[in-house]
Amino acid sequence: MPQAREAVENRRKGGSQLQTRVVGTSVPRKEGPAKLTGQARYIDDLSFPGMIFGATVRSSIARGAIEEIKFGEGIPWHEFTIVTAKDIPGRNVVSLIVDDQPCLADGAVNHPEEPILLLAHPDRHALARAVAAVNICYRPAPSLHTIEESERRELIVWGKDNIFKSFLIEKGDVDQAWKDAAWIVEGEYSTGAQEQLYIEPNGVIAQAGDTGSLTVWGSMQCPFYMHKALVALTGLPAENVRVIQVETGGAFGGKEEYPSMIAGHAALLAMKSKRPVKIIYDRMEDMAATTKRHPSRTRHRTAVSADGTLLAAEIEFVTDGGAYATLSSTVLSRGTIHAGGPYYWPNIRVRSKAYATNTPPHGAFRGFGAPQSLFALERHMDHVANTIGLPPDEFRRRNLLRQGMTTATDQVIHDPIVMHHLLDRALELSGYHDKVARFTEHNRTSKQKKGIGMAAFLHGAGFTGSGERYLNAVVGVEAAAAGGLRVLVSSTEFGQGTNTILSQIAAETLGLEYDDVSVAPVDTSISPNSGPTVASRTAMIIGKIVQTAALKLRQTLLDSGLLEPSAGREEFLAACQTYRQRFGELQAFSRYEAAPNIFWNDEQYRGEAYPAYAWAVYVAEVTVDITTYSVTIDDFVALQEIGKVLHPILAAGQIEGGVAQGIGYALYEKVVWKDGRMINNQMTNYIMPTAEDIPPIRVFFEEVPYQYGPYGAKGIGELPMDGPAPAIVNAVVQATGIDFNSIPLLPEDIFRGLTSKPERQPESLLSALAAEGSQ
Amino acid sequence: MSAGRCEVSFTVNGEARTVSVYPMERLLDVLRNPLGLTGAKEGCGEGECGSCSVLLNGQLVNSCLVPVLQAQGATLCTIEGLAADDRLHPIQQAFLQCGGAQCGICTPGMVMAAVYLLRRNPTPTLQQIREGLGGNLCRCTGYTRIFNAVMEAAQPGSEP
Repeated sequence: MPQAREAVENRRKGGSQLQTRVVGTSVPRKEGPAKLTGQARYIDDLSFPGMIFGATVRSSIARGAIEEIKFGEGIPWHEFTIVTAKDIPGRNVVSLIVDDQPCLADGAVNHPEEPILLLAHPDRHALARAVAAVNICYRPAPSLHTIEESERRELIVWGKDNIFKSFLIEKGDVDQAWKDAAWIVEGEYSTGAQEQLYIEPNGVIAQAGDTGSLTVWGSMQCPFYMHKALVALTGLPAENVRVIQVETGGAFGGKEEYPSMIAGHAALLAMKSKRPVKIIYDRMEDMAATTKRHPSRTRHRTAVSADGTLLAAEIEFVTDGGAYATLSSTVLSRGTIHAGGPYYWPNIRVRSKAYATNTPPHGAFRGFGAPQSLFALERHMDHVANTIGLPPDEFRRRNLLRQGMTTATDQVIHDPIVMHHLLDRALELSGYHDKVARFTEHNRTSKQKKGIGMAAFLHGAGFTGSGERYLNAVVGVEAAAAGGLRVLVSSTEFGQGTNTILSQIAAETLGLEYDDVSVAPVDTSISPNSGPTVASRTAMIIGKIVQTAALKLRQTLLDSGLLEPSAGREEFLAACQTYRQRFGELQAFSRYEAAPNIFWNDEQYRGEAYPAYAWAVYVAEVTVDITTYSVTIDDFVALQEIGKVLHPILAAGQIEGGVAQGIGYALYEKVVWKDGRMINNQMTNYIMPTAEDIPPIRVFFEEVPYQYGPYGAKGIGELPMDGPAPAIVNAVVQATGIDFNSIPLLPEDIFRGLTSKPERQPESLLSALAAEGSQ
Repeated sequence: MSAGRCEVSFTVNGEARTVSVYPMERLLDVLRNPLGLTGAKEGCGEGECGSCSVLLNGQLVNSCLVPVLQAQGATLCTIEGLAADDRLHPIQQAFLQCGGAQCGICTPGMVMAAVYLLRRNPTPTLQQIREGLGGNLCRCTGYTRIFNAVMEAAQPGSEP
């Protein structure tokens, strides 16, 4: 690992790194004061003259034909704007990838809570009564609600085979590898759905103009996704449709694709009523009707040599996509690529499938498939280590990727990988070895069983494969009328710090102060399309284009003769204003340029899956109370390498927030399903971590600058979602001696595990080969 | 539709207000709509998330659970009443400095809960902060930087 150590040492000494003034400092968040004083305006805080309210009538069954819609008595229906599928002027789809999801069900429904009919009225209370008075008569049809039901294919509910998408990754010769194995270890792991639970429910306001124009304001991540969906739905020319993002109260993927649906509904009501229409979901509607993290099942079969070297993997990764394709293909893709984790596999085969069921479509949620497949892998690594008799850290150490090795997709990692260093340092920071010894002794006599567990993982930054090439993001920088500089992007702020880090990068690039730069509000009629705000791409991909656009703007000033190359901040700002006075606008736009040597074969799923990866080792320490079966997390170490840290406080905040969501994923957050419907759709009975549940989360960074990121930055947002669940469950397994392989792991599951006869999961130990191998 | 309405008077952020309301309307709705104080947010409508927290006669309440009639004659303080003359309240300042606000939707309620906590206990322990903020959910921060902010604001010299 000489290169890796060198990379870390370089960093410690300051090495050959760029010295930065603004980047790398914890400047105040741009929109911080407005948020802290209650002045920030979120969608439900806005009101327009003549505005009325919209509501959605939804399917009460999982699947079937709509036979009749009856409007009950006692409601002055003439006061209401009523919209059905028949009122859609364009195509009845929520346009995204496959375009199979109707905006309003037309004749048939495929999941509970599917939108069927829309109502609008000036009085919110009257609206609620009217929704309850619509009676929809169905002819119910059989339905599917689990992966297992869907894969049996006794009933087909989507396409020819219930499969939205499948992938195959094949490296080396897996079939030949089994015969050389000292051990072959199998395992099966599963993960449940998880609600994003942004504290601000979804909402939009739509306004239709007299001249065939449409404007939608809303809480969202991806204004151009919404724009595309509205154009398809309304049939309006693209230039007549305008989408404006307002302050967004949390998203986590939950406001990636679903807001396009709500925007479509509000638009249809606004076009028909000729008034501005506001739709705000209440919490119960938001939880029941909108997307969640895909439930998954992963099966591992692993060949290991006598010295604990991984020889081969056969991995089957399947997800429940719900009733429509939406983003299931891309979620599956990321989960599939991450299924082999940060290890070197000479031979690996990953087969994956996303299945259709009659639940509301599952969708984007921070991590996007990787938390599922990495939970399985990192539980399995502990299981294999235990089976072959190596400590979990040592087994990992022998198999971690090193610089120059290839990933599951045969991508050669040219950048330094510091995983071995991260592993050693995380063990040291958490006092791992000492605790393993102490806990073993402690657990002999105590009813408070202690355990410590780890997870080693990676997360690819940016869109997968050729995705960034297709997105072809554009970023602008302009001299603002009010002085200073504005960054023009469609990359949205929803708490992560987009506005702050992009301003830092522009200021750093041009020798300006942080306060000289702001980010323009995101408005599709003004902002260039820098793509969706997803996939841990904003810092690394968009940040880099901000840098090149800023340099281009400077070059324009130099070429105009208004700026001397040696000019400082004040001269630069003055030159911007002089240019504006003389020539009008001063703007510069730049387009995405791929880092060199990025090749991706979409057919074979082979090549540079991501331009760069963030790497991490997390360690969780837990106490399992075997009287109450509850788990307390006593300590949590989160150590990662994310390239240059652009803003230490924001970066640590991203990690802490992701870890907290990961704790919820592991131990608390259980979606309870009944016939495809979430029945605990309230904060009262769907439990997310509170201030009292969160352990000390100790965050550490190693910085190995990435050559093609802005000032060396890589992606960060999704990474912390991947590691907590396996680290925590590994700790619980160590504490209890029971193999728990599913999340969420609730006290009742631990009770069941500890009170039923302990059964290790089935595994085929080829003992003859083992004997041979251990000679 | 005025049948059943009544007048309710209270002081909000130092200002005497009288509103014509249905007696069982939620205080949250009255603050947000006729009064235009949209800082308090609705996250759940059932008293779980704390985003609608305000001070009613100095007590921290979920305004989504308070019928407006109960505010008759009361003194109310909302997030809008904290900062004076563009100067952030020390707790707001600490949240800004420590990274205690991310998406900002829970922030008004969280700040009000922190104000209430520090008024009763100017030098809380970490455990007391955890308990004091236990009724306010935040999905972004993992709470760590919120704890830091409250600790920072509780330093001697601040005026919670």
